[in-house]
Parts: sequence; structure tokens; C-alpha cells
Amino acid sequence: MSIFVDENTKVVVQGISPTSQGLYHGLRNRAYGTQVVAGTNPNRGGEEIEGIPVFTTVAEAVEATGANASFISVPPKFAADAIVEAAAAGVPFVVCITEGIPASDEALAYNRLVREFPGTRLLGPNCPGIISPGKCNIGITSGDIAMPGGPVGIVSRSGTLTYQALHELSQQGVGQTTCVGIGGDPVPGTSFIDCLAAFEADPDTRAIMMIGEIGGSAEEEAAEFIASSVTKPVVSYVAGVTAPPGRKMGHAGAIISGSKGTAQAKMEALTSAGVTVAQNPTEAGEAMVDIVRKLG
Amino acid sequence: MDLFEYQGKQYFARFGIPISKGGVADTVDQAVAQAEESGYPVVIKAQVKVGGRGKAGGVKLADNVDEARMHAGNILGLDIKGHVVKRLWVEHASDIAKEYYASFTLDRSAKKHLGMLSAEGGVEIEEVAVTNPDAIALIHIDPVDGLSLEVAQEWVARANLDEEAREQAAELLVKLYACYTEGDCDLAEINPLILTPEGKVHALDAKVTLDANAEYRHPEWDEFAGSDVEDEREAMAKERGLNYIGLSGSVGIIANGAGLAMSTLDVVNQCGGSAANFLDIGGGANADVMAAALEVINSDPAVKSIFVNIFGGITRVDEVAKGVLEALSRVDITSPIVLRLDGTNAVAGREILASHLSDRLVAEPTMLDAARKAVALAGGQS
Repeated sequence: MSIFVDENTKVVVQGISPTSQGLYHGLRNRAYGTQVVAGTNPNRGGEEIEGIPVFTTVAEAVEATGANASFISVPPKFAADAIVEAAAAGVPFVVCITEGIPASDEALAYNRLVREFPGTRLLGPNCPGIISPGKCNIGITSGDIAMPGGPVGIVSRSGTLTYQALHELSQQGVGQTTCVGIGGDPVPGTSFIDCLAAFEADPDTRAIMMIGEIGGSAEEEAAEFIASSVTKPVVSYVAGVTAPPGRKMGHAGAIISGSKGTAQAKMEALTSAGVTVAQNPTEAGEAMVDIVRKLG
Repeated sequence: MDLFEYQGKQYFARFGIPISKGGVADTVDQAVAQAEESGYPVVIKAQVKVGGRGKAGGVKLADNVDEARMHAGNILGLDIKGHVVKRLWVEHASDIAKEYYASFTLDRSAKKHLGMLSAEGGVEIEEVAVTNPDAIALIHIDPVDGLSLEVAQEWVARANLDEEAREQAAELLVKLYACYTEGDCDLAEINPLILTPEGKVHALDAKVTLDANAEYRHPEWDEFAGSDVEDEREAMAKERGLNYIGLSGSVGIIANGAGLAMSTLDVVNQCGGSAANFLDIGGGANADVMAAALEVINSDPAVKSIFVNIFGGITRVDEVAKGVLEALSRVDITSPIVLRLDGTNAVAGREILASHLSDRLVAEPTMLDAARKAVALAGGQS
């Protein structure tokens, strides 16, 4: 099995035009085998681009094609509205890879979804997307570095490190059930905990790799969740041990974060939760390969 | 983007938040003129983006023109933790009855805005947070609801602000929230927010960090640009549109993606070396970007080797390889380069490079191997 998406996922690409990023990535996803069933563009309803029927709104696209996922790569100033439009149209899974959305727009869109459209899960923004190898790929991950068949589930906050993690495992002949890039923005729609819970519930996922990075407290919260609710082995790597110290956000940052946020604090929290913490991506891959071999 | 105090105060003023009467000065004569304009006594404050300026002698009270002239002369040019004072803020000195603290920022865990308000503001606020956290009244604000005056009134009472300050403080907090949201701040902080003996509430300091992602809808932010780059390498990188942070090691780093770039720093460190910089060239690693990145790193005399770590996702590795070769034909690089290229079209990329490899341009199969090589070429441990 996989989490969030599978071979039955039907994708509508929001903001499609002959020159859009959405079309470029949508065609790559389709070439991988993803069902890309529709596109939207307020000025191109009724057209067809590369065999993809275009609708004026997401609601029309859902009505006509039964799309149950949307893919958003529109520019930052349009992205928050696009997310809310998809949710309002009843799309249960929305992937937004757009980078550079103002934090206040992101926070508003997220909280509107929570209150008005609780049936919608948002992945991203500013993430590489999701791939369930051999079944579905929504986003910008290169399909040929992923390997079908499981048994590892991957969740990552960083784009290129997501690819690195896939690559480390695939090279060793260890496949993945699903690889989720949750993105590094301040208000991610889907958290580490959401993914850990889904992997825990997925019978085909037998081990979990979690890639974190400095800043915020998402890794610390994930560590608490792992300690209380995850029975499957978890391997983790946190990037940024030697990263330049970030800007200190006035007193407010110090007051709310305390010692949280450093790579060291995150690694300690994860270690205490029973997670195998690696010092670099290669070591994380090797640790996971060992675990998978022992699982037999 | 962090603002100077004077910029933060001027930003506050746009949203109707009361500040002291004052203005900026770049010379002693301007400071004296501004002191006359603001009215004695005045406070002369160094404009630097670093804490502890008061203790460093960067904030002085002047009762008359002689004192203003003397203090302005002493503070201009003062070096505060590596930040040289080039500008002053001169404002009418306020009598202070009470110091409060107020701020808005985003609580990533709660995914809501977080307001913090305390009747015990001032320089020791972080200490208060540790020793007496109950003295800080927190409020989570759902961006769908915003902050109403009614909620702000309840909040100031809960924070135990003095009775006579509450109504003005509540109104000020609603304005500060508007500044924070409509003004696209990552942080809007006032410490201290003061109550004067005459019963007036106003902002005595301003700490504002703007959300760079919102720059497209704030043409008025242009005036804030370009005033705070201290590192020459960073200034050069900024001109070329690169995401670069200067460090003090000897291995120059070029990577695609912030996570991979951070990870590259970590791995170089684990191999006994140290990075000269953080540099994320993002998704579009074409020849122009690669040439610009190599130019910036080449300008750093501390660099002894350069580690190019690229994992192709959308970025195709064969394009990256061509980019590296083209960049090398344009820029005369003084240090040896170690390449680690993986991901989409990696085989084709390595083939393109094969005939160009030498002891000045080395390719390694993995990130760890490449880090070891780059550290060795930089002269081992540093």
C-alpha cells in the first residue's frame, strides 16, 4: 500500500497553459504513470492541452473527471487562493509546490482549510511533492530515483535531501512505499506527525526514514509522537549541525523557542525517542538498509 | 529582512502606532539639528542591527546642545560587535513610569499567530520568560478571525497592565497586529512599550523583521533594501542573486537546495574540514548561475578547494556538467574543484566531464568521497 496517493489517484493541474510550470511538471508526472485527468485555467475552459482537458474552475474539473487530487505550481501571489479553491471544490488531497508564498497568506489558507474544509489535506507549500513508486507521482521528484515495492516510507522537510534519501535506498535495492516531501515553509499543510501516523497505519510500510533540518520544533514534536505512537523502526537525519547561526528573531524567538530548533536538540530528542539518528544522508541510508535486511 | 530601529519606528507610524518625536542623523550637525527639532532632553541611539548597544555606549541622553554634539560625535563611527555606527536616531526623551513588552510572531507549532504581552518589559524580558513565564500573557490568534478590540481588551487585563494604560494599549495592540499582518512582518516587537507619568502609552523601541516573500506587494520596502550587507562576499553574491552566507573555513561550497547545502557543510565538517560559505544555487543550475557562484567563491582568498555538490531532480545533471565547463571557460578559478553529480541524467553528465578531468577538476562518486577529497585538497583539518 501507500499513503495519501495510489494508482487510483486522479490529478487536476491548477493553472495550466502551454507555457506553465504546471504543464511541464504535469506531463512529467503523467509520463511516470500518474493519472493526470484535467487542468484548470480561467481563460482556457474547453480547450485541450497535450491531451489534457482544461476547465475554467476546479469545481468543474472535479465534476467532469472525478479528480481527487490537485497539483498547484502557480506563482506565489496566486497560490493561497488556488489552495482554497481546490479545497472548496471538495478535492481531498492538494499538493502545492510553490515556493515564496508570504507567511501570512499561508497561515490564513491553512486555517481556512482547518475550519471550512476539514476534508482536505494540503501537502506543502514549498515542497517537492509526493511519490508512491510505480503508482503515482505528484510534484517534481524524479521518478527514476525511486524504487517500487517498499518497505520504507520516507518523510522529509528538505527537497534535495528527499532525492538523496530515495537515491541512497534505491541504490541498495531497498524500495519505498511512499516518499512525502512536506516542505520547509513556516506553515506546512501536512506535518511529520501526519506522515508518521499514516506510515504506522500502512501495513506495507515496515520502516520509516525521516529527514529533518534546523529551525522550528517539528522534529521535537515528531520525536514525542514516535515515542508514544510509532512501533516501526525509524531512522533520521537532521541537516544543519554546522549551519551558520540563523537570525535571532528579537526576544520573541528566544522566548518561544528556548533551546529548541538546533540540530543538536533535535537529534537528542529523536535519539531519546528510540530513533536511529545518522550523521549524514549516506549513514542514514546504510542504517536503513541494515534495518530492512534484518526485517527479512 | 531585519529593519533598523528607525525604520521599524517609521513602519509603526504608518499603522498609527504612537512613537516618540524624532528623526535620523548621519552627521553630528544633523544630530544637533534633529535634537533641536525633537526638543531637549533627547536620546541619541546608534542604529545597528545587533543587541547590547546600550552597554556598548551606543545610547546616550543629552540635555543640551553641547551634550548632543559630544554624544553624537562619540557614537558615530563606534564599533559595536563588528557593526560600525553610520546613522543615529535622535528622539525626545520620554519619562517612563512603566515598561511593558509586546510582540507578534508566527507560532509554527500552533500554526497560528502568537501575541506576547507582559507588564514586566525592558531589557530583562528573556529572563522573565525563564524565571516567571506567567508574567507573559500569550494569545493565539487565528488569522481567519484576526484581533478584535474586545479580545485585545481582555488580553491587556489578563497581562495585568496598569488600569490607566489598558485602553490605549488595547488600541495600540490592534494596530500592531495590523502592522504585523497587513505589513507582512515575520516579527513586530516593542520592548519597551512604555506608560509615561502623564498616562500616555507609546513604543520606545521597534524590532521589525519583514517577510521577504511578501516583497512583491510592498513597493515601499525598496527604501529598506541594501543597507545592511556587511560581508563583501555576501554583497557580491547578492548582486548576482545568489543565496550565500559567508563563513570562515577553507572549503568553498556550491550545492543545489538549502537542505543539501546544509548537509554538505555538515559532511565537510565531519571529514575534518570547514566550509568557507553556504551557497544554495537552487533548482536552475545553469552555466550563468554556476559561473556566478564560482566567481563569488573564487573571490574569497581563504578558499583552498571548491566542493560542487549537485543532486539533479528537475535539474538535469548533464546540463549542470555543461554549466560547469562553460563557467570554467569564463572564470579563471584559483582553487581545485571537486564535483559530486548525481540524480537525473547523472551518467550523461559524467560522460560530458570525463575528458576534462584533471588534478584541478576532480569527480567523486559519492557525497562523502567528494567531501573527503575537498578537505584533503584544502590541506586537511583547518
